[in-house]
Amino acid sequence: MNLAIRDIKYNLGRFSLTAVGLGLLLMIVMGMGGIYKGIEEDATLLIDRLDSDLWIVQNQTRGPFAELSRLSPSVEDRAQTVPGVANARRFVTHTVQREHLGRPIRISIVGLSWPMDQGDWLPIISGRPLRQGHFEMVADRTLGLAIGQQVRLGKDIYRVVGVTANMISSGGDGLAFLTIADALAVQFDSVGEATRLERAARRNHAADTDFVLSQPRMLERADLPAHMIPAIGSPVVSAILVNLKPSVDTEKVKSIIDGWADVTVYTAEEQRQLLLQGPVDRARRQIGLFRVLLVAISAIIMSLILYTMTLDKIHDIALLKLMGAKNRVITGLVLQEAFLLGGIAYILAYFIGKQLFPFFPRRVIVTTDMLVWLAFAVAVICVIGCSLGVRKAMGVNPNEVLS
Amino acid sequence: MSSSPRPPAIETIELSKTYGSGNTEVIALRKASMTIERGEVVALLGPSGSGKSTLLSAIGLINPPTSGLIKIDGKVVMDGPKALVDLRRYRRERLGFVFQKSNLIPFLSALENVLISLSISGIEGRPAKRRAMELLDSLGVGDRAKNLPSALSGGQQQRVAVARALANNPSLLLADEPTAALDSKLGRQVMELFQRIGHDNQAGVLVVTHDQRALDVFDRTLYLEDGVLSEHKRTPKTSSVCKPHLDRE
Repeated sequence: MNLAIRDIKYNLGRFSLTAVGLGLLLMIVMGMGGIYKGIEEDATLLIDRLDSDLWIVQNQTRGPFAELSRLSPSVEDRAQTVPGVANARRFVTHTVQREHLGRPIRISIVGLSWPMDQGDWLPIISGRPLRQGHFEMVADRTLGLAIGQQVRLGKDIYRVVGVTANMISSGGDGLAFLTIADALAVQFDSVGEATRLERAARRNHAADTDFVLSQPRMLERADLPAHMIPAIGSPVVSAILVNLKPSVDTEKVKSIIDGWADVTVYTAEEQRQLLLQGPVDRARRQIGLFRVLLVAISAIIMSLILYTMTLDKIHDIALLKLMGAKNRVITGLVLQEAFLLGGIAYILAYFIGKQLFPFFPRRVIVTTDMLVWLAFAVAVICVIGCSLGVRKAMGVNPNEVLS
Repeated sequence: MSSSPRPPAIETIELSKTYGSGNTEVIALRKASMTIERGEVVALLGPSGSGKSTLLSAIGLINPPTSGLIKIDGKVVMDGPKALVDLRRYRRERLGFVFQKSNLIPFLSALENVLISLSISGIEGRPAKRRAMELLDSLGVGDRAKNLPSALSGGQQQRVAVARALANNPSLLLADEPTAALDSKLGRQVMELFQRIGHDNQAGVLVVTHDQRALDVFDRTLYLEDGVLSEHKRTPKTSSVCKPHLDRE
């Protein structure tokens, strides 16, 4: 005769409500772990997907994800000439916030090195990659933009031609992929008056430089857009991504590029670690600590519930002891109920979470490792909660039935 | 050659129980000696605080005495506070308990409340169910076997509790004011039930009671006051009592 099952059937309403409550609590623990994992994944997603071997960034900076990195696009040509380099491409990223259909929309723009990179590697769930050099965009679905929808960015209008899944920036904004030229146009868009003032300032500045004094025709170029006048304009790309030929020693190529005075170079893994230790570290640690607290609180609440469940049955346990029941009968009753409660709560947490997590504003990634870890944690909590209850049950004097 | 007589269901020899020490010392039992034979139905009377529950819990192997011997079925099981046998096993196999409240497990049906007692003794399956149903039928609650205690009347609950106590054929049935929660008619029925059980099952029965109206169903009456145990002698009509000290066999 299974006493635990019978007790649960008798107190089904209370048991169910307790299981749902604990399930929701465990779901939050699971969700917090998922958010933690999501931040980590989102942060490194672009680096992983771009699949480059080396990242060339502005000298003495830690790359575009950690701080502002501005690099001359000419570095791309220089990198191409290094022995062992298969290809080099420009990379631009910046975040804009615009009004779209009456609502604010934050877009993390990534420039693809058109025409070499048309975004064929993107995880596109509908539509297609970029197929023309201008005014097309592949947007992540979290931006809420549909295929064919048009978005004004700066002076131009861009049409959404593809939608990706789970392409999020480290800040949690959806990514939009444009060609490098379009990404720069959006980044450096300014009103006419500002452009005129900029050109005048540039002309005055150029007039005083030795370079222009020796070559006066350069002054005429000061009126062109910044990215078209590399000789005197500002460096504009965020980084240059380098892919190596097969079997080429990464360190060797890196050391060659590292010798250039105007750049700093990182391997993809170094760039990944810089990102994890930099911008996302604080958020990660905060959520990590919150998660630890939540697990501790859940453990206390679960243990108390399990202990209270035992206290509720203390008279029956005393009676069983009076009747001569062996310890394992009483321990079995307490343990089975605890593990049933923990197990049902865990299953509820999983299924409720599976339904709710997709609606969270940031990605919640629940991995198998995490599920196994949580199951183990629930089992440990059940054992702790039980041990208190069992200790109490074992200490019950059968005499209590007589009182 | 005549066969040796069966040993008494229970025998206590100079059983004493003291709570606390020094200024706070309370003597609950003073050298209480008694014998209950198998098939004998005995009532235990006494005012509140006289030590009835202490005696019952000592005999029930729940609360050890400070000194004295307890013999069950002729075997010494307690020598003062020292247990000489596995008390839990003895409770399981030799003793049955009935309380003031039925103390049925609320989440088990009437049948299951009897079955749990058998299960604890290692009797399961069909034989257990047959035995439990026989007991419930014999006590007139067989038709309520599937009901939870909350669906039974007080009298029915107490009958189920008696069935549970009898499930393992105990040599001694201990009842602590089993009729206190019942009306006089039901109370008498339950007392008569104990009489029948004692005589039919050849079990010793000790019933702690305040109800002197049903004393005629008992073979003997013991009286406990200030921890001193004595034998009641009553006249058939008035049930008036005198209290000579119990003569041990």
